[in-house]
Amino acid sequence: MSQATRTQTGLDALAAMFARTRAEGRAAFLPYYPVGYPTVEASLEAIQAMAAVGVDGFEIGIPFSDPLADGPTIQAATQVALRNGVTVRRCLEAVRELRARGVHQPMLLMGYLNPVLAYGPDAFARDARAAGADGLIIPDLPPEEADLLAAACAREGLALIFFLAPTSTDARIRLVAERTRGFIYVVSVTGVTGARAALPPGLGDFLARVRAQTDCPRVVGFGISGPEQARAMSGLAEGFIVGSALVRAGGQGVGTVRDLAAQIKAAIGRK
Amino acid sequence: MMTAQPPVMTSALPDARGYFGEFGGRFVPETLVPALDELIAAFESARHDPAFQRRFADLQATYTGRPTPLTYAARLSDYLGGARIYLKREDLAHTGAHKINNALGQALLAERMGKRRIVAETGAGQHGVATATVCALLGMECHVYMGSVDMARQRPNVFRMKLLGAEVIPVESGSRTLKDAINEAIRDWVTNVTTTHYLLGSALGPHPYPLIVREFQSVIGVEARAQILAQAGRLPDACIACVGGGSNSIGLFHAFRDDEDVDLIGVEAGGRGIATGEHAARFADSARGRPGVLHGTRSFVLQDADGQITDTHSISAGLDYASVGPEHAYLRQIERAFYTVATDDEALAAFQLLSQLEGIIPALESAHAIAEAIKRAPTMPRDAILLINLSGRGDKDLDTVISALGGES
Ligand SMILES: Cc1ncc(COP(=O)(O)O)c(C=O)c1O
Repeated sequence: MSQATRTQTGLDALAAMFARTRAEGRAAFLPYYPVGYPTVEASLEAIQAMAAVGVDGFEIGIPFSDPLADGPTIQAATQVALRNGVTVRRCLEAVRELRARGVHQPMLLMGYLNPVLAYGPDAFARDARAAGADGLIIPDLPPEEADLLAAACAREGLALIFFLAPTSTDARIRLVAERTRGFIYVVSVTGVTGARAALPPGLGDFLARVRAQTDCPRVVGFGISGPEQARAMSGLAEGFIVGSALVRAGGQGVGTVRDLAAQIKAAIGRK
Repeated sequence: MMTAQPPVMTSALPDARGYFGEFGGRFVPETLVPALDELIAAFESARHDPAFQRRFADLQATYTGRPTPLTYAARLSDYLGGARIYLKREDLAHTGAHKINNALGQALLAERMGKRRIVAETGAGQHGVATATVCALLGMECHVYMGSVDMARQRPNVFRMKLLGAEVIPVESGSRTLKDAINEAIRDWVTNVTTTHYLLGSALGPHPYPLIVREFQSVIGVEARAQILAQAGRLPDACIACVGGGSNSIGLFHAFRDDEDVDLIGVEAGGRGIATGEHAARFADSARGRPGVLHGTRSFVLQDADGQITDTHSISAGLDYASVGPEHAYLRQIERAFYTVATDDEALAAFQLLSQLEGIIPALESAHAIAEAIKRAPTMPRDAILLINLSGRGDKDLDTVISALGGES
């Protein structure tokens, strides 16, 4: 198990992560997991367990009442989290708690814009950093609407991740590459989150099209569900995100999440 | 009389980024950005294409039945004893509500973009029916998302949509009303965006929807303004319309935007009363109604302290929505328009009064606008004029009204 301690934060922590995975000749594995599913404590344990098997970083989900980029699995899990009383503040506390429990990997907070606006962009960036988060991912925030939050994140040295999708034009690729801080989140399919049986056929071409425009790390998300697809990612991109499949496993217990994360980790090579 | 055209105040808005002042914008997942750009381009080229304009105008005249009449409500005016009340009769448009104006325009745009699969959301079912109708007319595939709560209370419209060949997909998430139907429609659109047009039914959502919907609905105000000048010889003192997402109201208001002496009054759903928290009054509830981002646009949104969108209530499904079109937030901020509420009970009373005095059964949504006229007219002199947008007919609401009145009436 990796015994690395947390010597860098924010954008630097992400850069260090990619430097290490690049040196190891593999893609970074970033699980998504929401705070509060199936309970707050169980979600913290799931994240801790995945940290212990040596995943490279995390997206920590903040639940929202209207998650319009999410498929049924994450919708259902985050609605449970809301019923469990999870708020933005509670998610920030969760990050602090995970750091206290020894989770050293980069953690990016992932949530929809309105709760962040309600909290206040400046306060959110400040408190996220203070809690030990390294950046933000907001699926309903394209770069041209992000000035406020981008400034707040820059002040705190936090990553702010923008997306590309198979529908993106070359001009969009250039814009996102210019504005994103940390990596580019490459949505593998036109669609919402959810585990899928196979990687979409055009993904390699799309990733190459992105690479032709930018050197920024590309992290693929949406639909990656198991070891097979994860193995394929190592030749294709600098990282990948697994969400729905791990969340579904989380519904069955911490052990199930740990096992799936360990299998995926094993599929992409050495620690 | 108004002769010289005053400087254009709002028609230059939204700006290129889709903003009306600080409201509007385009807060969508990246996947949808190219589709919105494509829609902007299609709309701009259609707007300047005489052939498109001719086809649209021809269908409005020969299919929708435009212009809709302006009716002087003589008995209602006498009964209230104050201002004279005129009704813009969108209930007489084909399919029974103003929704057809926008549905037809957007379907023609979809055709222009080569997209023959249409998805839509619906609350009251009027937008769903209008969309299903134009899809039948143009031979397009139609899928309508509708909250299961709304399906139960607008059953006749569910049946109409199916009869018209649309698939109606029940939405079981969240409050199972309009907001949740929009979430599902957007998820479908994200998934099928290369073949599909999202035919959004109100003046909300990401840019360019608030602009496009306003432009297709502005025929209401353009006609009404000319009609009131012809029939009453002058402009009204106030225009009144109900505000769900805000399309029938913006459609009426837009033509009067530079007529500074004409008050523009929007009526939100007061539900069981603002104090009960069970309403859909984004502007009237100053605690929960705050600027925020929902469904791609920055506007007033009913939300809790944590920024979670709160459930809404209205007896009328079409007003039962947690946000409001961004242009309304702007018009309110610059004090060009004013917003008030009517409760469920006031709307029900207005529903009955208009039926009995004028032989016109209004949609429960439109009954909210009538309710405001009932409050306001008696305080005004007899030579004052109120112009009310009767946005739709009430046949769809009979089940709801029968159970609300417990068999009386
Ligand atoms: C008859 C009628 N009026 C009004 C509305 C409210 O929508 P908007 O505010 O967009 O006009 C609806 C919505 O379904 C409707 O059916």
